Amino acid sequence: MPDQAVEEILESINLHRSFDRGAPHVVINANKVLSSQVVPGLVIEPEELPDGVRARLLVRQGTKIKQPVHLCFGMLPETGIQKILLEVEIEDEAEVSFMAHCTFPNAVDIQHLMEAEIRVGRNARYSYFERHWHSDQGVVRVVPVARVKLAEGARFSTEFELLKGRVGIIDIDYHTDCQAGSSAEMKARIFGRQDDRIKIKESASLDGQGSRAVLITHIAVRDEATAEINNEIIARAPYSRGHVDCKEIIQGNGVARAVPIVEVRHPKAHVTHEAAIGSVDSKQLQTLMARGLSEEQAVDLIIEGLLS
Amino acid sequence: MAILEVKEVSLLVNSTGILNGLTMEFWEGYVHAVVGPNGAGKSTLANVIMGLPDYRHHSGDILFEGKSIKHLNVDERARLGITLGWQEPARFEGLKVSQFILASARDKNKDEVDRVLELVGLEPVRYRNRAVDKTLSGGERKRIELASILAMKPRLVMLDEPDSGVDIEAIERIFEAIAHLKKEGTTVLLITHSPRVLEKADHAFLICSGMLVDKGETGKILEYFSGKCLPCPHKNVPDLNSGAKAGGTNA
Repeated sequence: MPDQAVEEILESINLHRSFDRGAPHVVINANKVLSSQVVPGLVIEPEELPDGVRARLLVRQGTKIKQPVHLCFGMLPETGIQKILLEVEIEDEAEVSFMAHCTFPNAVDIQHLMEAEIRVGRNARYSYFERHWHSDQGVVRVVPVARVKLAEGARFSTEFELLKGRVGIIDIDYHTDCQAGSSAEMKARIFGRQDDRIKIKESASLDGQGSRAVLITHIAVRDEATAEINNEIIARAPYSRGHVDCKEIIQGNGVARAVPIVEVRHPKAHVTHEAAIGSVDSKQLQTLMARGLSEEQAVDLIIEGLLS
Repeated sequence: MAILEVKEVSLLVNSTGILNGLTMEFWEGYVHAVVGPNGAGKSTLANVIMGLPDYRHHSGDILFEGKSIKHLNVDERARLGITLGWQEPARFEGLKVSQFILASARDKNKDEVDRVLELVGLEPVRYRNRAVDKTLSGGERKRIELASILAMKPRLVMLDEPDSGVDIEAIERIFEAIAHLKKEGTTVLLITHSPRVLEKADHAFLICSGMLVDKGETGKILEYFSGKCLPCPHKNVPDLNSGAKAGGTNA
């Protein structure tokens, strides 16, 4: 059964043919760890809970893991709650990238709740790419919460992508504290349709000299979908730099709201923001239509670019 | 033979006549230029021919290969083979050069992307995966837009100020691309106030205040334009009422 479930999860994310089971990974279905593989310097300690999985991920000091570590979080049943509690520690000078795949192929009423505590050590590098695979039913509620602490010189990047299928309800809440010389980049790309609800709150606190943060949110909403983006950077240290970038395209009766907050508490800090919300840019549209694309084809291509 | 005929076209914007009874014929396979000072109505004419949404309320008619296209939308005109290159090309965040070119290409394959990039003097390996966004210079975007037009293989292409915002090397490449279009049988309409662009045309129209002042061989129009039209008293003040006087003054 576990092998069959692994196959079903991998198939739902188009990895069933190419997945290398010798590569570092964890595959989880609901509250069961179906498969895992580590490499030297990587520790994965999963613990099954009644309604999910708690996992400790550790990359030991100085370890540089070349291959991406795949984290497959699946929920094959039609209904239920999956809680993922992650404790991530990337020790000093270590490097790792995670590719997380969250898939709910049979969802009727699913909640996927993630809470992560992430510590990235001195001069360590951590990147986390999370792709969601949803059905077209709009019956998944996703609530990821992450608290991230970056030590001096640490580099952290995270990217959340939900482009295929219905969003359902998503409520992202990420916060990063940045020490001297560290950098954080948080990016979200989401396409909402029908009555999907998107809520994003990303924030960064630039506490150390020369720390940097970029928060990027690119959203498209159509039909009756709504999006609310509240991104915030607070710069408290000299030479800290931050930028908040929010672009949203709305179509039909979609509604988008963006509240970029920038707060500077040191005269030698600098934070900028840009937000653009509205329909598709008319010049882009006219350019593509003047090459023979229909209005619908042109809009789709423009949105594809924005969300790429 | 005329591929495009503009017949008594007038366009009012906020009660001001931007185009005032223009009648012109563009011959198939020729490189035509439409010259005139700033505000003469040159870009407006191109936008009207392309059928852009804010330029559809004109009077008169536009015929393409003898048939009226007045009722057609932008994309419908484009599918007939009419297209426009903007003075300031649009930026497309996240859209790769190859995607942008393939969107308009008749032959939708990677080799076509490389072919047209080479025609405008851009190395495919350096450009095909870049985004058509602010990381490209104005000259690069202009050449990429021209590449997308070349891939479209249009029947009639209008290029609005093809030399604006580009360096010497880039403008030479743009001129080569125009020559290539002509060689392929495409009719080209250059919208310009630049003598060096005008020189690339076979035939030219001089307009001022939305009215046709003169037409003929390029040399004649060049001489007229540089000798009598600059400085033009009607720059940036297109005015229906002073239109007749404008022609008279310049003549």
